Amino acid sequence: MTGGAQIAEMARPRIEAMAEGLSTARWTLTEVAFWLVPVACFFLLSDYLVLGSQILITALFALSLDLVLGYAGVVSLGHAAFFGLGAYTAGLLGRHGWGEPLSGLLLAAAVAALAGWLTSFLVVRGRDLTRLMVTLGIGLLFFEAANKAAFVTGGVDGLSGVTMWKLFGVFRFDLGGKTAYAYSLVVLFVAFVFARRLVASPFGLSLRAVRENATRMPALGASVRSRLVIAYTIGAALAGIAGALLAQTTQFVGLDSLGFQRSAELVVMLVLGGAGRLYGAVIGTALFMIAQDWLSGLNPVYWQFWIGLLLVVIVLFARGGILGVADQAMAAWRRKAEP
Amino acid sequence: MSAVALRAAGLNKTWGGFVANRDVSLELAVGERHALIGPNGAGKTTFINLLTGVLTPTAGDVYVGEENVTRLAQHERVARGMTRTYQITSLFPSLTVLESVVLAILEREGLATNWWKSVAQHSGAAREAKDLLERLHLGAEAGKPTKSLAYGKQRLVEIALALATKPKILLLDEPAAGIPAAQSAEVFEVIAGLPRDVTILFIEHDMQIVFRFAERVSVLVAGAMLMQGTPDEVANDARVKQVYLGEAPHD
Amino acid sequence: MIANFIGVLFDGIAYGSLLFLISIGLSVTLGLMNFVNLAHGAFAMLGGYVCVMLMTRWGVPFLATLPIAFIATATVGAVLERTLYRRLYKASHLDQVLFSIGLTFMAIAAATYAWGPSQQPVRLPDLLRGQVEVFGLQLGTYRLFLVAVVVAITFALAWLMEKTRFGAQVRSAVDDADVANGVGINVNLIFSLMFALGTGLAGLGGALGIDVLGLDPTFPLKYMVYFLLVVAVGGAGTIRGPLVAALVLGIFDVAGKYYVPQVGAFIIYTLMVLLLIAFPAGLYGRRA
Ligand SMILES: Nc1ncnc2c1ncn2[C@@H]1O[C@H](COP(=O)(O)OP(=O)(O)OP(=O)(O)O)[C@@H](O)[C@H]1O
Ligand SMILES: [Mg+2]
Repeated sequence: MTGGAQIAEMARPRIEAMAEGLSTARWTLTEVAFWLVPVACFFLLSDYLVLGSQILITALFALSLDLVLGYAGVVSLGHAAFFGLGAYTAGLLGRHGWGEPLSGLLLAAAVAALAGWLTSFLVVRGRDLTRLMVTLGIGLLFFEAANKAAFVTGGVDGLSGVTMWKLFGVFRFDLGGKTAYAYSLVVLFVAFVFARRLVASPFGLSLRAVRENATRMPALGASVRSRLVIAYTIGAALAGIAGALLAQTTQFVGLDSLGFQRSAELVVMLVLGGAGRLYGAVIGTALFMIAQDWLSGLNPVYWQFWIGLLLVVIVLFARGGILGVADQAMAAWRRKAEP
Repeated sequence: MSAVALRAAGLNKTWGGFVANRDVSLELAVGERHALIGPNGAGKTTFINLLTGVLTPTAGDVYVGEENVTRLAQHERVARGMTRTYQITSLFPSLTVLESVVLAILEREGLATNWWKSVAQHSGAAREAKDLLERLHLGAEAGKPTKSLAYGKQRLVEIALALATKPKILLLDEPAAGIPAAQSAEVFEVIAGLPRDVTILFIEHDMQIVFRFAERVSVLVAGAMLMQGTPDEVANDARVKQVYLGEAPHD
Repeated sequence: MIANFIGVLFDGIAYGSLLFLISIGLSVTLGLMNFVNLAHGAFAMLGGYVCVMLMTRWGVPFLATLPIAFIATATVGAVLERTLYRRLYKASHLDQVLFSIGLTFMAIAAATYAWGPSQQPVRLPDLLRGQVEVFGLQLGTYRLFLVAVVVAITFALAWLMEKTRFGAQVRSAVDDADVANGVGINVNLIFSLMFALGTGLAGLGGALGIDVLGLDPTFPLKYMVYFLLVVAVGGAGTIRGPLVAALVLGIFDVAGKYYVPQVGAFIIYTLMVLLLIAFPAGLYGRRA
């Protein structure tokens, strides 16, 4: 057998499988192009890097919710609990003398993951509505806890005086936000690569199956509960990392990082982009936050009106969000082009 | 006496005052093909739910082989080699047919918690899934979302999912419900063609099919076991005739 | 000490009655249409603003504003049910949640635009102010009035559900809407009427509650958890369940805020999570 034939032989099962639409983890050109955009922004839009890193951080947060809600189908209205927990963990470390960013990030992930794991047992019980309320309740509990523990968290005044060391001992967190942006982008990308692997894997497939029909899964020999516990814990850990990034790059943690408003807006960003497709989380977040920035001259209350309207419109007319609508448009266009 | 694959010992299920299963006992020998019949609402599906662990019995026990599995969860019983299909089709609507079956295979192999390799890289599972789908005449549908299939095809996917777990004990709740007679015979040919050591309990209303494929038959009426026997014994039993035809029993 | 305790208990009961009055409509949408309506509090808020507007702009007496608040919100509810809610009865709970959060956000923004962000004052008629002595206890007149109104409405509702033909039709629609449809009950009409009734009662509750719950644009979010909890714990589609749940919740909340103010809202959220874990099926009430 020649080398070429051998390679072709090796590649065969994969190509066959692809033809049948099984998930592969191969990168497409569109994806590469997609990721070049934030890189280009770093060089071209240096005046907007502060907003840029906010978007990247929130995109990571939305990504974490996408695993829980978009893939595993657990509707959570309290996901900010883990974001805030990560933020306070990293913030408190920085405030009390440990300003090393990467270890702060990891510790925040660990704390959020632990909280996620512990609460997951409460969340996976019951059905949709119970879950929704339990996540909501847990979110509110965390908020109240941070509010009451003002001697640790600073309460409504927020946690300030967070001091960060240089990243890798080299890059200082500058006022222009260059380091913050690059740092956030790399962390987001690494998390995205991880999430991408995860959803293309058998584990990811099983999460989608749980979302589609949780009662059938046990008949295939799968424990729905243990799958959801893992998914929820991973989601919490990623949210914790996002929170820690925010604390480290802004050197401040506000009580609102735990609030219901943040959880709810996150859901909005995710469904705006399209839940259950990873890129939807990033695109939805970017659009939402750019629009918010643009309209920031408006009273925030009116901004809330437009979010509300947007939600209603998405639910009634644009299921699947932007990417969902784009998919349908593509499919319609192909059907038209074919005959 | 041959080895026992599955045993139900005095199963009871009540909801409030309503008794859906009353002291139902049943023993299936390894490799037996057994039909469960009875009028609508007799409690047949409830019985399967008790065997598989979807429902917890109010009293009684379930044994797989020698092992008492009454306290085991449904997925743990699947790991012991027992699975079922659903009377009301219960699939994964937006997953493709192939994805669904591949998932069932990966679950069986304990590979479904793998998170670092893509599904496509598990080419062994994909190949096995395609073979299975070919056997069930679903080859052409493999890449389609399950929800886009016609009802009859979905019933076949229902069976494919169960077969993909390579069960030792297979419980089929009206596998051919709602599909045309010609196709339902086809479904049962596939079932009959399973390896001889697979134990099968199937619920079916069509008596011709029951008599053709079953070695033994149990009749469930109003939650209780009316009788068990060979197809001939059941066909000639006065009480069964009364239940099905409303005839008075001849003394 | 004892009198003090009874005073707190009574406040809790009055507060719980209000919660019940507002939440019963949520129980209806959940039990009957299987719809998670997070925007329910917005209807209560609307009732409150109708009441305030009528009193301050046109000098309508407080008691007269109450039926108007009921009718106005019921009408708005009916219109929204016909035009929007109806399309989502069969949708996933996620879609329903998103949709009703969207409505809530819009309502909050609209209320801020129309009436500003501040608390609205309500001037109760002299008749209802001050205290009265009952069995040697000083009780707030208005709270006594509240409890009386809610008791009357509860009996009226119970009569409607248990004794009338309409009530029987509603109950069979709760059990199984498809079956009810099959036997010739106009389920669509029942849905509309019940939705209107539920939102109307919420509006009435909002108007009655200004003095107790306050009224500002964040009302729908602030009390959302309470309404959801009443229904979640009490069970949807019944009257008794939410009533008991609302009273328990009201008493705990008032007592908590009175005796251990430093713990604040903690009690209620912990109670919520614990109750939900203890009764995960309470949510579906009779449907479980
Ligand atoms: N979860 C439940 N709660 C209360 N009653 C139930 C429940 N499930 C089933 N039943 C009742 O138990 C009885 C038996 O139902 P089951 O589904 O086991 O009958 P079946 O023999 O499978 O009937 P069919 O031939 O129509 O499928 C029915 O009267 C049904 O209404
Ligand atoms: Mg049945």
